[in-house]
Amino acid sequence: MAGWLIRRTLFAFATAWAISMLSFVVIQIPPGDYVTSYIAQLQSQGTIFTDDEAQALRDLYGLDQPVILQYFRWLGLMAQGNFGVSFEFNRPVLDVIGDRFLLTIVVSVAALLLTWIVALPIGIYSAVKQYSIGDYAFTFIGFIGLAIPGFLLALVLMYFGFVLFDANVGGLFSPEYAQADWSWDKLWDLMQHMPIPALALGLAGTAFLMRIMRANLLDELRKPYVVTARAKGLTNSQAVLKYPVRVALNPFVSIVPFVLRDIVGGSVIVSIVLSLPTLGPILLKSLIAQDSFLAGTIILLLGVITVVGTLISDILLVILDPRIKFKARGG
Amino acid sequence: MATRAAGKRRPLLRVQNLKTHFFPDEGTVRAVDGASFEVCAGQTLGIVGESGCGKSVTARSILRIVEHPGEIVEGEIRYLHRTDGREVELDLAQISADGPEMRQIRGGEIAMIFQEPMTSFSPVHPIGSQIVEAIRLHSPLGKREARERAADLLRQVGISRAEARLNEYAYQLSGGLRQRAMIAMALSAEPRVLIADEPTTALDVTTQAQILDLLRQLQTDLGMAIILITHNLGVVAEMCDTVVVMYLGRVVEEGSVDAIFHNPKHPYTRLLLQSIPSLHSEARVPLPTISGAIPHPYNRPEGCPFHNRCPQFIPGTCDRHVPELQALDEEESDQLVSCFLYHEPTDERA
Amino acid sequence: MAEDHTTRTIESNVAVGVAREEERISVATQWQLTWWRFRKHKVANIAAIVLIMYYVVVLFADFFAYADPNLPAAKRGLLPPQPIHLFDEDGWNPHVLAFEGSRDPETFERVYKILGDQQISVQFFAQGLEYEILGIIPWDRHLIGVSDDAGGALAQEHVSLLGTDIQGRDMWSRIIFATSISMTIGLIAVAISQILGIVIGGVSGYFGGLIDTVIQRIIEIVRSIPQIPLLMGIAAAVPKDWSIEQIYFAITILLALILWTELARVVRGRFLSLREEDFVMAAELAGASRMRIILRHMVPSFLSHIIAATTLAIPTIIISETSLSFLGLGLRPPAISWGVLLQQAQNIQVLALSPWLLLPALPVIVAILAFNFLGDGLRDAADPYGT
Repeated sequence: MAGWLIRRTLFAFATAWAISMLSFVVIQIPPGDYVTSYIAQLQSQGTIFTDDEAQALRDLYGLDQPVILQYFRWLGLMAQGNFGVSFEFNRPVLDVIGDRFLLTIVVSVAALLLTWIVALPIGIYSAVKQYSIGDYAFTFIGFIGLAIPGFLLALVLMYFGFVLFDANVGGLFSPEYAQADWSWDKLWDLMQHMPIPALALGLAGTAFLMRIMRANLLDELRKPYVVTARAKGLTNSQAVLKYPVRVALNPFVSIVPFVLRDIVGGSVIVSIVLSLPTLGPILLKSLIAQDSFLAGTIILLLGVITVVGTLISDILLVILDPRIKFKARGG
Repeated sequence: MATRAAGKRRPLLRVQNLKTHFFPDEGTVRAVDGASFEVCAGQTLGIVGESGCGKSVTARSILRIVEHPGEIVEGEIRYLHRTDGREVELDLAQISADGPEMRQIRGGEIAMIFQEPMTSFSPVHPIGSQIVEAIRLHSPLGKREARERAADLLRQVGISRAEARLNEYAYQLSGGLRQRAMIAMALSAEPRVLIADEPTTALDVTTQAQILDLLRQLQTDLGMAIILITHNLGVVAEMCDTVVVMYLGRVVEEGSVDAIFHNPKHPYTRLLLQSIPSLHSEARVPLPTISGAIPHPYNRPEGCPFHNRCPQFIPGTCDRHVPELQALDEEESDQLVSCFLYHEPTDERA
Repeated sequence: MAEDHTTRTIESNVAVGVAREEERISVATQWQLTWWRFRKHKVANIAAIVLIMYYVVVLFADFFAYADPNLPAAKRGLLPPQPIHLFDEDGWNPHVLAFEGSRDPETFERVYKILGDQQISVQFFAQGLEYEILGIIPWDRHLIGVSDDAGGALAQEHVSLLGTDIQGRDMWSRIIFATSISMTIGLIAVAISQILGIVIGGVSGYFGGLIDTVIQRIIEIVRSIPQIPLLMGIAAAVPKDWSIEQIYFAITILLALILWTELARVVRGRFLSLREEDFVMAAELAGASRMRIILRHMVPSFLSHIIAATTLAIPTIIISETSLSFLGLGLRPPAISWGVLLQQAQNIQVLALSPWLLLPALPVIVAILAFNFLGDGLRDAADPYGT
């Protein structure tokens, strides 16, 4: 079991490393180097730069060195907490990101929880009552849910919020809390704004998990151990809930990283539509402005969220499935 | 030795003309189509037949765990239910499948063990917790006592290191140990009837013998009735007092193990017996086989279900009339057979 | 007894049917089996028909559209949809009601008033703008047009079936042309990722060992990275001065690069299970070459699975392209795709007044639904002996 966890952790590091390389590619692609763009930007605002100052910046990022070394220098700087400067916002990248990183996690986790809470019981119902009217209805809704991209749903929700309630359903905070420091009231305000983003982000994942749960459980319901449980004297529903549902939970958990990945990825666009103060809107801004360090850092952070999420679900899986423990121990 | 049957006691379980049909979209499958037999305490009844003859569905019908779209459409399952120290005769086919009485009987008074010991335990729950659950369903024991009892049960079925085994998972046990654990779980409430559905089919020959010994031993100790479902005639000869031979959901012959093995009447039983290899059979002579294959479940023949494979088929009779299970005319025999070689058609349908 | 008799007859009919069915199945080729099973899947059949209709629109976009999709009309901005009325008091007379536009003196928004008494007769298969069918045959007929007696008037100046956008361009025609772009970009991207997936997955699955392990780790890593931000990052680097064709090509390649992993997994899985099959062993024992085994024995037996997986992959591409274009990072005007059209719906104030700007979402959702249903049907059908 320990061996298995170590392997998964190593894999998480490998993935994070691959993501960092891809993020660096994003930093590198725009024509011209970063310092030149930065200085041009500052000079257009009237700040004068001496050649020495420019050279100092070049040295800091190692821009005169080969790309590979630049990459490692970038990693090194990040390890020291220096994520570079965003010239679009004219502030350190870390400052620009600020609460947005945390809020991205909060929104993604809220959406993930919603998918679980909704998909689990519906999936169980659909499997146990296979081919019932309810099953058909949920299957159909599931197909529709899978077919509506999150940002389109967000648009539709915005439209109806505006037309029916004359209210902007976007954002994560009421105006009075947007700039306020964190407090219980602000947290409560955040919670109240959560349903719409969670729905827009979570619908596709819900539909997907629902189908997975239904399929898994249908497989498990045919297994002899269900008959054994019934033969012991459990009622049908006790037997189903205690055994096959529990077994079907394993693949259900192992699929969660992919749902999380899509939620985190989708959050970028949904946040732009719903004007959520997450990483999404500033990623778009930074990409359009070719603000490379900000863009690269955001892509890296979004990747890290999914990597950590995957690791957590791996750990959960070990707790849930004794077969993994056994395999890892027995070799 | 095998003739300890036949003292005319009141049977513990009496199945009468049981019919369990399945209704999938494509049509009707008459998995069990008129099965009758009975079993007394301390006795072992064997149900034999080829795969698909309805043996397992019969067992599941008794426990009322036939799966959708299957249904008991006719017949009686008379069982002497023990309640408040009295015995009450209940028709299990009539009471609610998930009602309190049936749940008390299922696993409590009638227990069952299965063919696939690998998949008959949940793969993600320890063996112990599954046995403890069975114990606590039918007794007021607390968790700790139930666990002690579970360990006792494991010891009783010959599993060493019982305490440690309780924490293990099904995949950590060998096939034989799993089947022992399964038997332990079935015994947890001291059932009066144990239904064993192909209990040794998935095991190797030595383990098979050990499990059969164990079952016999437990029967002597606990005095329960055993219904042994198998397609292995060797196992039947070794274990059973009476035998029921099934073909396509119907009982074709029934009698004491001696009668069935030494004096089979129904052509199907004879063919079955001839097709087992024995030490006395001549070398390099092909074993006789039963010609043809079991008909498709939707394609059941008219008349006697066996007529199209029967070497003694009587045209005009066997393909028009359905034979009934009737006693032979010979005296001092309780052998029953369902064949027109022994009695005339009674129904008027043509 | 009578009831019993009827069930008996039904049963024996069923029995005869089953027997025939068994015989039919035992002689059928795999493609026939797949086809029969697919035919039974009603929803998948409907989905297939819907998709065929989509591609008819793609092929004959010029016929279905009646207006130049990129022609702005300052005086026709945000015109609401004009439904076609098929009858008037005198019977069959397809027409739309004319609008009169003016600026609201206070808000400076354009407002339109229906002129109830002024009908514009429309005609089906009417003459209009000239174009070339499939780029070859010149023609000038369109699905909808203004009646000939209107005196040579062009439909795009009088009809706005689904309304117009902010610049007064006809939504119906724009959606039609967007459909041809969005429905083909997915196909091409899938074809490219398919080739990547089959080659990489096939190598991984057939050779196994170290190659397999390395490829599997790479696939696992690629699969655990959120795609949209990465796509955005790379798409943003596409130079601004590229032509429509260049951007189209670049976005196609980009989409293909994120999709190959899924197909490679499917192919590898099939290869792994097929390697163990008796018929592959038999071919090896018979001395067939490795290439022959792969091409003659293995590929045909999982081709249907590949087709199903491909169909299920197209929606991902469509969503990705629509998302990127919606954000302004994918196809850019004057190219038209569903995502480009939806850009105009981003402004909630405009959208609230002109909800028809959201209409391009409809073909997106229907297309994704249809591909999903079709893919599911194909996947079930690909397993002819399964239940």
